[in-house]
Amino acid sequence: MQVWHFSEMAYHPAWPQLGESYRVIIPSRLYDPKIGADLYHRYLDEWALCDELGINIMTNEHHATATCSDPVCTIPMAILARETKKVRLLALGMPIGNRSDPIRVAEEYAMIDVISRGRLEMGFVKGVPFEISPANTNPAELTERFWEAHDLILKAMTSLDGPFNWEGTHFHYRQVNVWPRPYQQPHPPVWTPVGSPESAIEAAVRGIVIGVLNTGWVRTPAIFEAYRSKAREVGREPTPDRLAYMALIGVGETREEGRRRADQILGYSRTSGIVAPQFANPPGYVSPRAAAQMLKAGGAMAARATRVQTKDGRPINPRTMSVDEAIDAGLSFAGTPDDVFAQLRAFYDHVGGFGHLLMMGQGGLLNHEETVANLKLFSKEILPRVGVLAK
Amino acid sequence: MERIAIGEVSLEVLMAGEGPPLLFLHGGDYFQQNRQFIEELARHWRVIVPRHPGFGATERPEGFRTVHDLAYLYLDLLDRQDLRNVMLVGSSFGGWIALEMCVRCVERIGRLALIDTLGVKFGGREERDIADIYALPAEELLRRTFFEPGRAVPDYARLAEDEAMAIARDRAATALYGWRPYMHNPGLRQWLHRVRVPTLVVWGENDGIVAPDYGEKLRRSLPDAEFELIRRAGHYPQIECPGEVADALGRFARSEVL
Repeated sequence: MQVWHFSEMAYHPAWPQLGESYRVIIPSRLYDPKIGADLYHRYLDEWALCDELGINIMTNEHHATATCSDPVCTIPMAILARETKKVRLLALGMPIGNRSDPIRVAEEYAMIDVISRGRLEMGFVKGVPFEISPANTNPAELTERFWEAHDLILKAMTSLDGPFNWEGTHFHYRQVNVWPRPYQQPHPPVWTPVGSPESAIEAAVRGIVIGVLNTGWVRTPAIFEAYRSKAREVGREPTPDRLAYMALIGVGETREEGRRRADQILGYSRTSGIVAPQFANPPGYVSPRAAAQMLKAGGAMAARATRVQTKDGRPINPRTMSVDEAIDAGLSFAGTPDDVFAQLRAFYDHVGGFGHLLMMGQGGLLNHEETVANLKLFSKEILPRVGVLAK
Repeated sequence: MERIAIGEVSLEVLMAGEGPPLLFLHGGDYFQQNRQFIEELARHWRVIVPRHPGFGATERPEGFRTVHDLAYLYLDLLDRQDLRNVMLVGSSFGGWIALEMCVRCVERIGRLALIDTLGVKFGGREERDIADIYALPAEELLRRTFFEPGRAVPDYARLAEDEAMAIARDRAATALYGWRPYMHNPGLRQWLHRVRVPTLVVWGENDGIVAPDYGEKLRRSLPDAEFELIRRAGHYPQIECPGEVADALGRFARSEVL
């Protein structure tokens, strides 16, 4: 099993001043660039440390939000491509249905892959619904645009004989010719985050690695199973390295210390869904059936409120979720190294196995010293044991 | 409900009444709430109400992505049905389609009525002519849309599954056709002189989506238009005051063409 350290680079100093939205409409005067600079450097230091600890690196991006101050996932990766030497670099990833220029994405990824000497894992994301307004992209065409951009980027990376023509539905170029070409041949591995069996199936058909985030104990098995069965159906062996699961991980010398760290990392889960409701479900973003259910249920926020569940199916309010609830829900593994490994193993068996653990080792208010201690302890005590899980 | 085949489109059309032809192009939301208005119109006209492709339960051909496609489709509909001297009525998004039809061809159109119509950009790049309905809190959106939201808005929780689906598809299709540029065609304004038919611009006095001032600008931009304000009505005056709007259309139809 491969382990990846992920942080959203939260700009948490603004949180106390935010009301009922942490996204889209919050004024940037609440961002202090001097504090922001310190935060960027500490988050980058934590990722750089991972190179020594044998933990791979994962970045993501969100826009117009204080929950994640990384609006360009390739910028930290560009820095880390040179600062690190060994671990792999997963950008999960680029919202290619929202970006206007897929060729630019191909160029950014290819360049990072070359600088890192072939350590890039290339994520393409559809983006959460609240990303639509900042990008002003048409939500009703998002999926279509996503797959067209995906196809174009891969063709651009793998076409080595000069320009080709692309006059598609959404993207138009007459001389596509990406320099540099990627270090990894034919191209870096492709990942995408998915949250439903339907989107897992779309990825399985193409052999894309899926990263499953925040789906927990109840919703994850059906997603992994949909992927495995579709992959087999189309003649691809669904090896564990096609499946990734994200968990918030707090590990400590004592159970109390590990849980205290997890509690702070849970600042991520408690804030990431706080958004002005009008941005939570732009029309056409979900299927008409799902949108109709939301309409009848009183809106997207009501529907979102039941997404996190305990093992026995009881909804948990993400904004007030305790460590106990997060562990029960399978969102967090926390406690001593033995506790964390036992929880990981139980989850692993419950969902039928997976090859990548996306470890949110920093989230919310967890400070630099605590994050470093968390990562070091994980590396020392748990990393050596995960080998018995998927190889 | 009837089906009319036009090319690869199987158009779903509601027909009502007898008399001279009236084509009503509906707006992006609240389709069912137009029923009373359609009944009022049906007392004097043969009313033809197509459901725009992609809306309700209707199919949208792959290539249908812009209001231009809808404009050509309905011009084809007038040809196929051999309709002449048509009263063309558009509400909101439907008014935008009506304008796009008229700048192309008014051969079969006798008169045009635009109700709180979208589609034209008058202000500068930092001015919002049309409220961003996708960024407004739900309560404010309703307040801007209706004079009395409580009377017009359905109880969504009580809708049948297929009714809720139809509304979800209406909203998705409106976004598909109108998301960017937002609810307008930047090139439309320069061709409005081609709308060479007598036009009535009808506006809800309390419209907070597109203010009456926008309607006045629209009237001034058209070659032969008059303006009528409907009191105690928002963005869909034909839903809140169906009799008054139908009466205004009746007077307009009977008025002399100068």
